[in-house]
Amino acid sequence: MSTQFKIEAKNLDFFYGPKHALKNLNIACREKKVTAIIGPSGCGKSTFIRTLNRMNDVVPGTRVAGDILVDGASILGPRVDVVELRKRIGMVFQKPNPFPKSIFDNIAYGLRINGMAGSRDYLEEVVEKSLREAALWDEVKDRLKDNAFALSGGQQQRLCIARALAVEPEVILFDEPCSAIDPIATAKIEDLISRLKKTYTVVIVTHNMQQAARVSDDTAFLMLGELIEFDETKTIFTAPANKMTEDYITGRFG
Amino acid sequence: MKARLQTKKAFAQALGFFGLRAALGLVLLVLVFILADIGTKGAGSITWEFLSKPPRRGMTEGGIFPAIYGTLLVTFITAVLAVPLGMGAAIYLNEYAPKNRLTRLIRLSIRNLSGVPSIVYGLFGVILFVNIFKFGTSVLSAGLTLGLLTLPWTITASEEALKTVPNSYREGALALGASKWQSIRTNVLPYALPGMLTGTVLGLARAAGETAPIMFTGAAFALPILPQSVKDQFMALPYHLYIMATQHHDIAKVRPLAYGTALVLIVLVLGLNLGAVVLRYRLRRRHKRY
Repeated sequence: MSTQFKIEAKNLDFFYGPKHALKNLNIACREKKVTAIIGPSGCGKSTFIRTLNRMNDVVPGTRVAGDILVDGASILGPRVDVVELRKRIGMVFQKPNPFPKSIFDNIAYGLRINGMAGSRDYLEEVVEKSLREAALWDEVKDRLKDNAFALSGGQQQRLCIARALAVEPEVILFDEPCSAIDPIATAKIEDLISRLKKTYTVVIVTHNMQQAARVSDDTAFLMLGELIEFDETKTIFTAPANKMTEDYITGRFG
Repeated sequence: MKARLQTKKAFAQALGFFGLRAALGLVLLVLVFILADIGTKGAGSITWEFLSKPPRRGMTEGGIFPAIYGTLLVTFITAVLAVPLGMGAAIYLNEYAPKNRLTRLIRLSIRNLSGVPSIVYGLFGVILFVNIFKFGTSVLSAGLTLGLLTLPWTITASEEALKTVPNSYREGALALGASKWQSIRTNVLPYALPGMLTGTVLGLARAAGETAPIMFTGAAFALPILPQSVKDQFMALPYHLYIMATQHHDIAKVRPLAYGTALVLIVLVLGLNLGAVVLRYRLRRRHKRY
């Protein structure tokens, strides 16, 4: 692996109350590459990705130990500006979660709350750019004032991606982004992720191994909160070092 | 055998539906009866003079304007106390308070407060506002007492409204770099507001019709003049009605006026409730959800 790491989790432990959910994880995500996190349900994939933008902070009774570095600087600890961090590290959730506003206002939301809205012309420019980047512009350009709930599930998820892109993040976290949408919409989003890595560092959690194989450069395999294997995706899927990894990717369990 | 089972199930279902419809019918019947009774007997008293003039000749003639004015004024003071405090407490409880035993205890206490008899609030108001704070028997004391009575309803209704906003709105906003308050203000409150306002207005409507909390804290038996400040006593519709219906020396003579007063009070309360429905409808349309 090359050495330019955007995110490094070092000896990361995570607890939900007494439950030890992540155990001494060491995962490094290369800049402008796609890192996939795979593993059976309950292995800690989503917990891990939610530590990267400190979304677990809002869950009561959680505790984190070890360290996470973004561009070499720790993002844990009370002195980190979490709001600023979440602007740099965008997130797309498992279930599309558009806000009950117009398509335009959904995209503009992040700019407005971050004081980046500027003039109306600028706002319109960013909305168009974000929607184009998320491959949704052609489908919605004539109905930007329509409510976002009128879109299909796949379109809603691309809207959420566009919304995340609008605040110009450096990293985008995808938490099983395709688990609630159909195969054709999934293909569009996978295609989109492959293009996004030219500009952004991407981390994606998926329960779908073909998806990990198709879109990612590196893959981490987790089980019961432990990192079983972490390597380049092609190594993981062609010559896994660990027997458990092999069993999992060949569908023997999980 | 199978056919008989089917018949039996169909019969049980028909019986069940009949029971449910009968329950609804009974409730509606009582409501319609009360409204019809008050409407028919009260309508004759409603004249412009009745609505715009003070009572005369020991309440046997004249109108109820001071009572209408007093009820509106005291309800306004109630709203000034209960709306911001109730919504604020609900936002704190639902969005900020840690989910622990203390919070649950606070919530339980609030629910229990909504079951406390209103006369207890009345006596509490006498002690706190009239005596300790020295507001005297006044619109202010009565309004604040009614405010306390309304608070548990406002808080509970507002909290329920906040609970209906999906968590994904909060997380989605946070993930875009919103602060916690920004996410609440811009992405939770707008969607909870219709429900919060409805619950609040319903609570106010209930307060407007209360007698016990105001009879010791500020409502006057009869006043020829309107309150000039919030430190003055006032007349109120429910208390006026109570006096005419039970305390007057010539109950038979004032009965039509009592019915008229009841009609005005009911129309006022229904008007408030209707206002809540219209408000909710208009806000919902602004943020339509699918």
